[in-house]
Amino acid sequence: MEDFILQLDRIEKSFGGVKVLNGLSLSVKQGEFITLLGPSGCGKTTTLRIIAGLEKPDSGKVYLEGKDVTNEEPNRRNVNTVFQNYALFPHMTVEGNISYSLRLKRLDRAKIKKAVSEALELVQLEGYEKRMPSELSGGQRQRVAIARAVVNEPKVLLLDEPLGALDLQLRRQMQTELKRLQKHLGITFVYITHDQEEALNMSDRIAVMRDGKFEQIGTPQEVYDYPKTSYVARFVGSANIIYGTAYDVNEHTVVFKNEDGIGIVARNRANIAYGQKVTVAVRSEHIRLTPAASDSNAEGFVGVVKEKSFAGGLLQIIVALADGKELVASRHGIDSTLVPGDKVIVTWAPENAILVDLEGA
Amino acid sequence: MIKRAFECFRQLNINCVAFLAVLPLFVFTFMFVIGPLIYMLVLSFLQRAEVWGIVNKFTFKNYMDIFEPVYLKTFIESFKLAITTTILIMIIGYPFGYFMAKLDAKWKKRMMLLIFIPFWTSSLIRLYGWIIIFRANGILDKLLMALNITEEPLKLLYTYPAVVVGMIYVLLPFMIFSVYSSAEKLDWSLVEAARDLGASSMQAFFTISLKLTLPGLLSGVVLTFIPSMGLFFIADILGGNKVVLVGNLIQEQLMKAHNWPFAAALSVVLMILTSVMIYIYRRISNVKELEGLV
Amino acid sequence: MKNNTRLANIYLGFILALMYLPIIIVIVYSFNSSKISSVWGGFSFKWYKELLRDKSMFDAVVNSLILASTSSILAAIIGTLAAVGMPKVNLPGKGVVEYLSTLPIMIPEIILGMVFLTYFSLIRLPFGMLTLVIAHTSFCIPYVYMLVKARLVGIDKSLAEAAKDLGASEIRVFFDITLPLILPAILSGMLLSFAMSLDDVVISIFVTGVNTNTLPIKIYTQLRTGVTPKINALSTLMLGANLLICLLSVWIGKQGSHHKEYLEMEGN
Repeated sequence: MEDFILQLDRIEKSFGGVKVLNGLSLSVKQGEFITLLGPSGCGKTTTLRIIAGLEKPDSGKVYLEGKDVTNEEPNRRNVNTVFQNYALFPHMTVEGNISYSLRLKRLDRAKIKKAVSEALELVQLEGYEKRMPSELSGGQRQRVAIARAVVNEPKVLLLDEPLGALDLQLRRQMQTELKRLQKHLGITFVYITHDQEEALNMSDRIAVMRDGKFEQIGTPQEVYDYPKTSYVARFVGSANIIYGTAYDVNEHTVVFKNEDGIGIVARNRANIAYGQKVTVAVRSEHIRLTPAASDSNAEGFVGVVKEKSFAGGLLQIIVALADGKELVASRHGIDSTLVPGDKVIVTWAPENAILVDLEGA
Repeated sequence: MIKRAFECFRQLNINCVAFLAVLPLFVFTFMFVIGPLIYMLVLSFLQRAEVWGIVNKFTFKNYMDIFEPVYLKTFIESFKLAITTTILIMIIGYPFGYFMAKLDAKWKKRMMLLIFIPFWTSSLIRLYGWIIIFRANGILDKLLMALNITEEPLKLLYTYPAVVVGMIYVLLPFMIFSVYSSAEKLDWSLVEAARDLGASSMQAFFTISLKLTLPGLLSGVVLTFIPSMGLFFIADILGGNKVVLVGNLIQEQLMKAHNWPFAAALSVVLMILTSVMIYIYRRISNVKELEGLV
Repeated sequence: MKNNTRLANIYLGFILALMYLPIIIVIVYSFNSSKISSVWGGFSFKWYKELLRDKSMFDAVVNSLILASTSSILAAIIGTLAAVGMPKVNLPGKGVVEYLSTLPIMIPEIILGMVFLTYFSLIRLPFGMLTLVIAHTSFCIPYVYMLVKARLVGIDKSLAEAAKDLGASEIRVFFDITLPLILPAILSGMLLSFAMSLDDVVISIFVTGVNTNTLPIKIYTQLRTGVTPKINALSTLMLGANLLICLLSVWIGKQGSHHKEYLEMEGN
């Protein structure tokens, strides 16, 4: 237990009869950058607020450095938060904001001054001490909020969608900067976002949340390449989900079929029996489309090209299957001769398909 | 309660501190708002003593007395005056508030200040200005005679119109603020959309602007109608003894006739009227606070 | 279209002129040396000099100032405490009390005057400054309460949370965050109360004692009996004082405004 700086143990929380957190457990190591990833309303902000002490769980425990802090007030926890809307005190200068927690601790002036200028240097805002928050741009406010939270040298820093209000370019820049900051300070970060790209870029581990529970906790690569559930596959990798029945189980692969055709998936030592229902996730960039006429014997799913679109240098083709279900295929470049209405065979390499939603997994 | 207060000081727990914070308001409200109002209600059912004071005997007589022709007439007259005043204030104040909301931000602020200055000035002083204007052979008379509009002094002071002018003058800002705060929130693009969809500017005004600023207008009506039955000093100094409001009646019963139970009954009736108006206002406009009150 | 706005502006100007007309006349006539107000007898400071010599007038001014400052300060304390405490307190019937406490500015002044007169004599409070202060405080509290409450609603909840998160106790949060942010509202509530108290005739007439005159009462009795032009001079002085309060409140509003802009921006 002492190895973990932060532990959540079966946290439950309801608001007005609605269960928001449903038995949440999580252990975070010192210096780790962990991201809670999920759509809005999945309970990630509530989790953060419970860690900060701004909300009390109905049941379950919060441990900081092995100590039970479940019933401690927020001001008694060595945890600081970067709020979603920054929550800078509008009546205090930048310096006043950053030095607030130090002044509460009654440190002497010289120390405070030094700490403030160090913190400002850290977020590259030297010389902004006397500005009011209203005189800062969004990105600058963001930096001040971070400086204010880290100046206190918290054990854990909580960040609630801190980049949500910034534009795309600034967001990318801040991502790298936050990561650099975290490495430099060695503070444990618990980061909240609904943006999977952000999560994949920055985190040491990602905890994918759904309806007040963690669906999967793992490194970005684990979560991205080996999603355990169809939900994770869809949310993190925007994968296509295909349902079918296994009819040929080999040592390394499983062949399955449904009314649209047949597919193959890597087995990965999963226990699959003949005739078992399976759920398979295939990311869109791994989907191969071949014109149906060229090789009518190809094994795969038969569909019709429904839509073609380009977004961010990515060609996206939506294929409609016989029963109305749709699959998305994408690849870089604009090299496809396919046009809407073309009949295609949908295939993929077995190692690019993953069995998800397995019982007992 | 005192025991609980002591506990709070010891614990300094947030609920307790909050309790201590609201305590003064609770005590004050119970002692000096609820208490007096309940006493008014009780008093209105008591009998007046022969010479001086009150007899603790239950009676409906005070309420019946209101229907005596003399008093009933005052009520009706006062009501008529209030209606006249309110309608005129609506006609003058609505366009003012509406136009004001259309000004640009800088001028809005200036206008607010320009209206606030007289509004914060003692109404007596401002009414006194009207006395000087209306006085026989005063400024107005001289001006009108110089322009050959009238032959002889109008002697407007101590007449009904003078009281109406005084009322309008004192109460107009309430209507302006109410309408303004409502019109300010109006999304002008809605009006443009209506015009775009083929409404004439008049049609657009009646179907969009007026409808959406109705809460402000109504709140202005409530804020002007009720006081215009009670502001006895305006009737007093601009109307002489010729115009008698419900307010004057109450004041007279209190200070001169010393018939407190009757004054209380009159107040209860006025109070009920007020509550009914506010209730209707809330039902129509679906808002809790009166627009532009603060 | 252009024509319409011009017409609107002319209308605004005309009504404003009418609003200021009586005030300007009072000011002009305060410098009129003639005793009859309809005759212009030349410019003079005569009435100002006489005003200074009038002891009873001076007493009335002092009374009014004492009354207005006492009740606005009391109202600021009671109203602010209540506005801050109300959302956090758990008491039965708090909504009802909240509504009842704002009644004094909802019901006609004459009724308020009447109930205070009868009630004070029931509980045998001696009429005078005490009764005046109680009555005035009652209609000043709602102004402070409503303004502070509105301001509190506008403050982002996460500011207090951020302060707590940074190590502040509830009490510190109040003094470091909440109080500075509602201060402009408290001050404007106080100024509004001050002006309302300074202007009140109706309620004061009912609850004042025999020997306690406030300025409005004094002016009122003079207007009903016989007017001396001293009133003009006094009125002009009061106008000046009022203008000062008005400008002060605008200044306070400006002080608070850059916070407000920031908060509004964040609110989106």
